[in-house]
Amino acid sequence: MSATIPWERVRRAGAKLTTPLHPDDYLSLINPLWSQRELRGRVEEVVQETEDAATLVIRPGWGWRFDHRPGQYVGIGVQVEGRFQWRSYSVSSPPRRSGRHIAITVRAMPEGLLSSHLVNGLAPGTIVRLAKPEGDFVLPDPPPPRMLFLVGGSGITPVMAMLRTLDRRHTMPDVVLHYSSPTPERMIFRDELARLEEAHSGLTVHRLHTDTDGILEVGDRERGLDAVCPDWRERETWACGPGPMLDAVSAHFEAEGLEDRLHLERFTLELGGDGGEGGQIRFQTSGKEVEVDGATTVLEAGEQAGVGMPYGCRMGICHTCTLTLVSGTVRDLRNGEEYAQPNEQVQTCVTAAVGDCVIDI
Amino acid sequence: MAIADVQEYTHLTDDEVEQIGRELDRIRADVEASRGAADAAYINRMIKVQRGLAAAARVTLMTTCHSKKARVPGAVAGATMLGLAKILENMEIGHNVMHGQWDWMNDPEIHSSNWEWDTAQPAEQWKHSHNYIHHQFTNVLGYDNDIGYGVLRMAREQRWNPANLGQPVYNALLASLFQWGVALHDLDLEKIRKGEKDPKEMKRQLKQIWRKGRNQALKDYVVYPALSGPHWRTTIKANATANLARNLWSYMIIFCGHFPDGAMHFTEEELEDETRSEWYLRQILGAANFEGGRLLHILSGNLGFQIEHHLFPDLPSNRYAEISERVRALCDKYDLPYTTGPLHRQYGQTLRTIMKLSLPNRFTSSDSPPEPPNRPDAVEAPPVDKGRKSDAELPPRRSELGGWSRSGIGRAS
Repeated sequence: MSATIPWERVRRAGAKLTTPLHPDDYLSLINPLWSQRELRGRVEEVVQETEDAATLVIRPGWGWRFDHRPGQYVGIGVQVEGRFQWRSYSVSSPPRRSGRHIAITVRAMPEGLLSSHLVNGLAPGTIVRLAKPEGDFVLPDPPPPRMLFLVGGSGITPVMAMLRTLDRRHTMPDVVLHYSSPTPERMIFRDELARLEEAHSGLTVHRLHTDTDGILEVGDRERGLDAVCPDWRERETWACGPGPMLDAVSAHFEAEGLEDRLHLERFTLELGGDGGEGGQIRFQTSGKEVEVDGATTVLEAGEQAGVGMPYGCRMGICHTCTLTLVSGTVRDLRNGEEYAQPNEQVQTCVTAAVGDCVIDI
Repeated sequence: MAIADVQEYTHLTDDEVEQIGRELDRIRADVEASRGAADAAYINRMIKVQRGLAAAARVTLMTTCHSKKARVPGAVAGATMLGLAKILENMEIGHNVMHGQWDWMNDPEIHSSNWEWDTAQPAEQWKHSHNYIHHQFTNVLGYDNDIGYGVLRMAREQRWNPANLGQPVYNALLASLFQWGVALHDLDLEKIRKGEKDPKEMKRQLKQIWRKGRNQALKDYVVYPALSGPHWRTTIKANATANLARNLWSYMIIFCGHFPDGAMHFTEEELEDETRSEWYLRQILGAANFEGGRLLHILSGNLGFQIEHHLFPDLPSNRYAEISERVRALCDKYDLPYTTGPLHRQYGQTLRTIMKLSLPNRFTSSDSPPEPPNRPDAVEAPPVDKGRKSDAELPPRRSELGGWSRSGIGRAS
């Protein structure tokens, strides 16, 4: 990568001209993708997959490395009503070092503000923010000789990235895919799967339409795993889908003592607490923890725990106390607004924990 | 004694004070609930215009200086655009972003935690001396360094010193070098004079100021002139003019916020045991607005709505105009003072105060509204327990800087 070194030097020299800003702050006015300050992408195409699911083809900007591993997810931040909302979605396109695009496939959830916005409201040309690929639900390299995928609904997306990679590299081993979907129409990638099945003798696709045939009874001898894939015990298994399905799968694997062979990906959000307030706050850097009720501010909690919390006015005006919420949810006591996005900046003097959370200090 | 005991507010009952607090809270809640795409578009557009102006100014200066005919008009145009860009960046963008007015957008590129503004003062120090000290202890003598920036005597309550005779000169210097006055703001010159400043913290702050100030000066007085080639002098002059214009303008706007005749100063005793509603009242009494058109307000960072800004320092500045209508109505309803006037009058009053206070009090008359009468101690009401922790019960106020300071999120250095 010798070409990147002088380029970096040019950018650094450019910063002397633009200080205290970065050259990217000006360049991104010419082309929004010309900035490394935040990873960005432009939506090039929105492909309707089913009635309620769509694939977004995104052209990432500067700083994006097409090195995601098949099965990983990326964060996507979209401005809705002026505010950036972030969610994570599996990348469905295979990694390509020379790639120019990535694709994510999104199903609109009835209660999901962002997913329906992505599926129905995102016009090509929209600039979105991206977060680096993450996750360890990935295809090993080289792939194991025998694999089983257990998939429900939009859980197909990370698996699709794996199948496409195997297809492109012509290394499709002995693969069984079980795919549950309410109806044939709601099955994402239906045609492509049929094509892959045709092309690769090693790939077997087992389709289950749960609206008519009922859900997969994992442990059932007649209709369960033993029927779908009799040699499942000898296979490395990847499962992705709705929570109840994954719970049943992992319970079954544990019962058989095979949990080491199972890889899980939960794509539904874990809700912090069950509507209750308060919880345990962990202060990441100092390693301190404290149990608090819903009326104690994060600032007071930190002081109780002996953390050197920064603060100023203690009334929410000066922002001296702002810290990074690593995970969990806090509620603004002034207006009840909740902040739950990972790595969000929160004012500790006016927010209280809603369930367990982690603060970076 | 609390703020509600100052003369301007003695006609209010405790219930009314709390009612005013609730009404102001409602204004805040309404604006928060209605922030949306239009507001986000506003600040993004402002940033675009500002960066466009800055880039156009630099390019104009670098290219026109080579032509004999275009040099002078080019320098005038370049300096004008650069001055405007600096003013917009410092006032409407930097100051307001660092207040957290745009944090709600959840956009790390427009966020109080990492915004670095185009002036010599490091953002981290500004957020301490301005967002915390100045906005919490607005116009409280001995706390708020904005009262004269540690060099001017701005209140009659401050003791006169023969050095104050030089105020007209100090004032002119402060105005023209305002960027550097602001840069030293958080050092707290008064504390240094009294030998109360922690030397380690001072060294750290000075180092930070030196690094930022050096880059700022290098950019305007070395790098861009060097790029202009043989006609570097033209570029230096234009850049210096732009900086001077920004200094004079921001000095004037800031001094008009708290020193016209209606704005009051307070003592430490007056904020003991203060409730949020009382804090609101103190902000109304300690700030002064000025009137003007939309463009004037944008160029002054909407600080012509100083009262509204002090009531709601972290609400988006483009909303202050509509907020001011509601605040004004509230002030009328409860018969509260609301200081405002045209810019020239507000600055005229400020300048008069600076001149008058260079002399001892006995030579001049006060222009402020009459002081509250001195009451004998006997009538002072016994302290009322408002259920708040007193200063003694709270951990000591921290003088170091906020959480962003050591997180290492650095922009281009």
